[in-house]
Amino acid sequence: MSKITYIENSGNEKTVEVSNGLTVMEGAVQNDIPGIDADCGGGMACATCHVYVKEEWFDKLPKKEDGEEDMLDMAFEPKKNSRLSCQLIVSDELDGLIVITPSKQG
Amino acid sequence: MIKTDTLIIGAGPVGLFCVHQLGIIGLKCEVVDNLDKIGGQCIELYPDKPIYDIPAVPECTGEELTNNLIEQIKAFKTNFHLNERVEELKKVDKKWITKTNKGTEFQSSSIIIAAGVGSFEPRKFPTKEIDKYEGKQILYSIRDKTVFKDKTICIFGGGDSALDWAIELSNTSKVILVHRRDDFRGMQASIDKAKQLKEEGKIKIYTKYQLESVQGKEKIESINIKHDDKSIKEIKTDYVLGFFGLIMQLGPIAEWGLNLDKKTIPVNTESFETNKEGIFAIGDICSYPGKLKLILSGFHEGALAARGCFKYAKPDEKYRFEFTTSSKTVKDRLGVKE
Repeated sequence: MSKITYIENSGNEKTVEVSNGLTVMEGAVQNDIPGIDADCGGGMACATCHVYVKEEWFDKLPKKEDGEEDMLDMAFEPKKNSRLSCQLIVSDELDGLIVITPSKQG
Repeated sequence: MIKTDTLIIGAGPVGLFCVHQLGIIGLKCEVVDNLDKIGGQCIELYPDKPIYDIPAVPECTGEELTNNLIEQIKAFKTNFHLNERVEELKKVDKKWITKTNKGTEFQSSSIIIAAGVGSFEPRKFPTKEIDKYEGKQILYSIRDKTVFKDKTICIFGGGDSALDWAIELSNTSKVILVHRRDDFRGMQASIDKAKQLKEEGKIKIYTKYQLESVQGKEKIESINIKHDDKSIKEIKTDYVLGFFGLIMQLGPIAEWGLNLDKKTIPVNTESFETNKEGIFAIGDICSYPGKLKLILSGFHEGALAARGCFKYAKPDEKYRFEFTTSSKTVKDRLGVKE
């Protein structure tokens, strides 16, 4: 289990324990955290699980694989610290991760 | 008004296989889809990507899967109403009356919603206060390219649509292509062509820029684009085109009085009927305990929903289970010659 903090665009913040091996997207969906739609269910095919990663965390995450940056082109207001939360797999290294959800997903 | 047994909303793989399941039990159906082609997400999101978990098909692309499904239902000569979105729903004398945005009306005893996560709509600019220009000088698709002749056009996006239109319109218009990063994700030949046109001075390309604001009164006069380094550039332009792909929106279905759980429709797992009698939901759009968003699950859901439609279409008949391998009636319906 690792602690993941999700901060909504409105400022609401919720920290939940997510089992290692699940994705940051699944952690949000299973804990009813708003702001992450994940329409395609984690297939890197829709860009509706887009999150901004808190700056100090961004470089600690595994690098984007092929295709993630392409999908981020379609995300709503992508920034330098944008990631698709379906591609972030929770592990001890990610314990304490903070992500911010965008104002909307599309 | 088109009369049929079942209206299927969504021409993705699950809707297509459901046509088959309705067909072999002797029910007629019509299919509506908001996209301009058959195949749903398989065609729109991943036509070239291989799928490895269709039973008995070790590997196929989204396009191949779609073509095989179309082949499998050929005998039923089903009508597809593409480029249409079902908008209105009402019940008259135990029948459902539905109407699309193009005015097509259907009367059916049941409806199967196989709409994925809703209908595909273009993704829009996040920029504020652009609504009044949308559909006029801010566009997400091109119907008539002649309106751009001798005009200045700013195209946003990094995929094939953005590249193709930038190349095409550069013949007759002044084109400025803007993208949020240096890499383009289109076909290499298109990327090379765009870069060549840039070197020849025929188009301008600005990368690491995004749309910041739009200035104008009745019409757009200029836009500001913002670089990653926060610097702003003003561009005078007549049109702004955004090509950011498509997003799925539930749309009018959300207003039909169906129970909703986030963006999905809860169903029973016996017949995949919703809280409304005669309205079924299958595929990605339905939810129930243990739901998996897999194409193979959608096939199963469609098979059961089709049987669920039977009692509404033929209330005086009893549905009898038959195998395609042994039933002469089913083989006749499939057009199998022995």
